[in-house]
Amino acid sequence: MAENIFLEVVTPGTSVVSEEAEIVMAPGSEGEFGVLNGHTTFLTSLKLGTLRYKDASGKERALFINGGFAEVLPNKVTVLAESAERRKNIDVDRAKAAKARAEERLAKSAEDVDFARAEAALRRAVQRLAVIETI
Amino acid sequence: MATLKEVQIKIGSVKKTRQITSAMKMVATSRLRGSQEKMDRFKPYASKFSEVLGSIAGKAGEEASPLLVAKEEPKKVNVILCTSDRGLCGGFNVNLIEKAEKFIDAELQDKEVSLTCFGKKGRDWAKKTPMAIEDEYIGVVGGKFDFSVASTSGQKLINGFLEGDVDEVYLIYSDFKSLARQEPVVKQLLPIPSLEAMEEPGEEEVKAKDDSVYLAEHICEPSSDALLGEMLPKNIFIQIYDGLLQTSTSENAQRMKAMENATKACKDMIDELQTIFNKTRQAGITSDLMDIVGGAEALN
Repeated sequence: MAENIFLEVVTPGTSVVSEEAEIVMAPGSEGEFGVLNGHTTFLTSLKLGTLRYKDASGKERALFINGGFAEVLPNKVTVLAESAERRKNIDVDRAKAAKARAEERLAKSAEDVDFARAEAALRRAVQRLAVIETI
Repeated sequence: MATLKEVQIKIGSVKKTRQITSAMKMVATSRLRGSQEKMDRFKPYASKFSEVLGSIAGKAGEEASPLLVAKEEPKKVNVILCTSDRGLCGGFNVNLIEKAEKFIDAELQDKEVSLTCFGKKGRDWAKKTPMAIEDEYIGVVGGKFDFSVASTSGQKLINGFLEGDVDEVYLIYSDFKSLARQEPVVKQLLPIPSLEAMEEPGEEEVKAKDDSVYLAEHICEPSSDALLGEMLPKNIFIQIYDGLLQTSTSENAQRMKAMENATKACKDMIDELQTIFNKTRQAGITSDLMDIVGGAEALN
């Protein structure tokens, strides 16, 4: 079996992941990509999405990623995200509430609604819920 | 001379003050620990970011981002001033405000200056000056805040810069060097100073070491220019966030020191008052004795 690659996910608040992985699948801004050990050096921006990886024991894990950058070195992937959450740390009720709130706000076509913000909130909430259903 | 009762009351009140100041010191100490931890958690992100930024910055030209281009005749300047919300932290806010005053007087004399204030103290000062307050954020420094504060305020400034509402942006914050040393510093945010100048000497060493690890050039997706264009605004947010973290930590360190001094001063004062108390009491006893002795003599 091929050697593992080291995955590190850091956000301004904390380091979310720091462990070995067999494979890492990340949501690049130009499409999702997978990385194995020995990948060529590579730098890309990430979009809102799900980062999936298999840890050293072969277990599949998923993370919510809110944009950022990924740097790929032959033996290491570093993800710099503005926010990231492990699947088990996602607050489903909160995400559902946020989704409902954003939808409600978007439905009201009042002028004082900040559409861009509501839309971004909705997208985040939907993505969080999608992460839950990934595995 | 004060009566015994008066001195006693005074001692009691100073003791109560000492209790308050020592409690405040303990609160500041625990907050300081909290904000230092927060700084430590942020460090890996910031250093990795600047490392990556440094490695692609060399490849992109000045035209990569409009944020790099200096305006020909900067007229409108925004100064971000980080101060604390609350006082009782020694000369902390005064030093920051003085720095801002000096900087604005010296460098921005004939420009139109507006202020973005983090913290009540800075805002209160700004209100007394003729300068306009562009934005104010209260309850951030020294409180609980996250990265979104920095990105919201930073995005606003970047938009202003791109639309021509602002020509230059400076950040004034308190640099936390150590527990004993915090200094107010001025940093230019926009236009972004050339990347080589931005890097500190310590980082260059790290970079040189990493270069040998990288060897191969990065493949960039999308292009390195596009990536740089995306990273530069983020870098601004990081700097603002860093400034806020450092200011928070400095504030707590200074408050801790101020309260420690106050507690010490209370102790000295109590000692002094206690001496007066003893002397007064002794004087009272002496005069009473004199009376008794005098009375006894008279009877003979």
